[in-house]
Amino acid sequence: MSAPLLEARGLRKSFGDNHVLRGVDVAVPTGGVSVLIGPSGSGKTTVLRCLNALERPEAGSVRIGDVSVDFAAMPPRRRAAQRAEAALRAQSGMVFQSHHLFPHRTVLENLLEGPVVVQGRPREEVRAQAVSLLERVGLGGREDSLPSQLSGGQQQRVGIARALSIKPQVVLFDEPTSSLDPELVGEVLAVMRDLAEGGTTMVVVTHEIRFAQQVADQVLFLDGGVVVERGPAAQVIADPHEERTRRFLKRLLDPL
Amino acid sequence: MVDWDLLRSSAWPLLQGLVLGTIPLTAASFALGLAIAVVVALMRLSPLRAVTGVARVYVSAIRGTPLLVQLFIVFFALPSVGLTIDPWPSAILALSLNVGGYASEVVRSAILSVPRGQWEAAATVGMGYGTTLRRVVLPQASRLAVPPLSNTLISLVKDTSLVSVVTVTELFRVAQQIAAPTYQFLTLYSLAAVYYWVVCALLAAVQDRLEVRLNRYVTA
Repeated sequence: MSAPLLEARGLRKSFGDNHVLRGVDVAVPTGGVSVLIGPSGSGKTTVLRCLNALERPEAGSVRIGDVSVDFAAMPPRRRAAQRAEAALRAQSGMVFQSHHLFPHRTVLENLLEGPVVVQGRPREEVRAQAVSLLERVGLGGREDSLPSQLSGGQQQRVGIARALSIKPQVVLFDEPTSSLDPELVGEVLAVMRDLAEGGTTMVVVTHEIRFAQQVADQVLFLDGGVVVERGPAAQVIADPHEERTRRFLKRLLDPL
Repeated sequence: MVDWDLLRSSAWPLLQGLVLGTIPLTAASFALGLAIAVVVALMRLSPLRAVTGVARVYVSAIRGTPLLVQLFIVFFALPSVGLTIDPWPSAILALSLNVGGYASEVVRSAILSVPRGQWEAAATVGMGYGTTLRRVVLPQASRLAVPPLSNTLISLVKDTSLVSVVTVTELFRVAQQIAAPTYQFLTLYSLAAVYYWVVCALLAAVQDRLEVRLNRYVTA
């Protein structure tokens, strides 16, 4: 079997006395969809944010494709460390819980910032790509809208298109539907399912168990900063081996 | 009381003082002051202690001393250490250093009001510090900074009257020069006051329109 596209080893992170991650490993093959689930405070979002160095773990390494960063080996804030982290970050796109679109720029401009301003690719080519990305997320024709003129679900779909605009190897989703009205969740999950079926490599933090069941290859259940259980989505969700996983899923699927 | 003939004949020289003195002084000092303010604000937000320290001392000194004293130091005191600066550059230097000190606090708080998520989103599309600042943070911060910076600008218009004491010809000095030989203080100083008032009222109107324009992308 070939090496996974994304591989994180031994991630450790603490905020003061709070040990958020106590040695987490993640491996995602090319085209794979991995879903991280777990109670709040379990460290799942922190894992995701370590994968693109938005959060800096004290120890551990992350590799995406042939770019890798060994965090313990590099003192923070040094030029070399910042360069390595930027190189790693360029390998992934990120979809945030509250989208974080640039409010002062149009939908199209949001999609041009990365490829044109940062990567320096030709504007016309990128524009054509952005237009087709918007069509792909069901927002063809909304190029000139401002983010504030869109619904929450539409904003999040622009967020997904923006994450894809830099042609990343992996797309990271941080609870992409958690701040949406319930009736808008479906349209965002549908876009994500479409991407997964199209072969996009994805790591998704979510509470949407049905989505995990139907779309993910792999589910990781985190609790207390460690991966308690990992395995094929069907097995972890339908037939968890660990008692803690079972309790978490039961509470999630049957809150009363 | 008011000498109406003198009022009519003074209207034009005072207008010249306004257009050739007060307004260019204000514009130059505000532009330079704003540049200083952005640099000082970024210094205050730096992770390096030494850099923050320098910025803190600067802001503290500017806000802790009278503008008139700062002006006198630049124009009258610096020559005694061999640094003689002409009246106009002295006035612009003192005024812009003063504006820079006050406005840096405005700029700093405006930058801090831009949500952290905007920095993170910029990082994930590959932007570094400078690009993020220029393309993402400062455009959003400027919207928040318009009302307080308009205050600074309006104060500056009036503060330029202080530079009459270092022989710069501007609106108030012209008024003083006409008033002195004629003893028509009420006429001249009232007229000068009206001129300042009109300019400041116009600036306030511009501020209102600018706020509407900059608010257009914000959700209601």
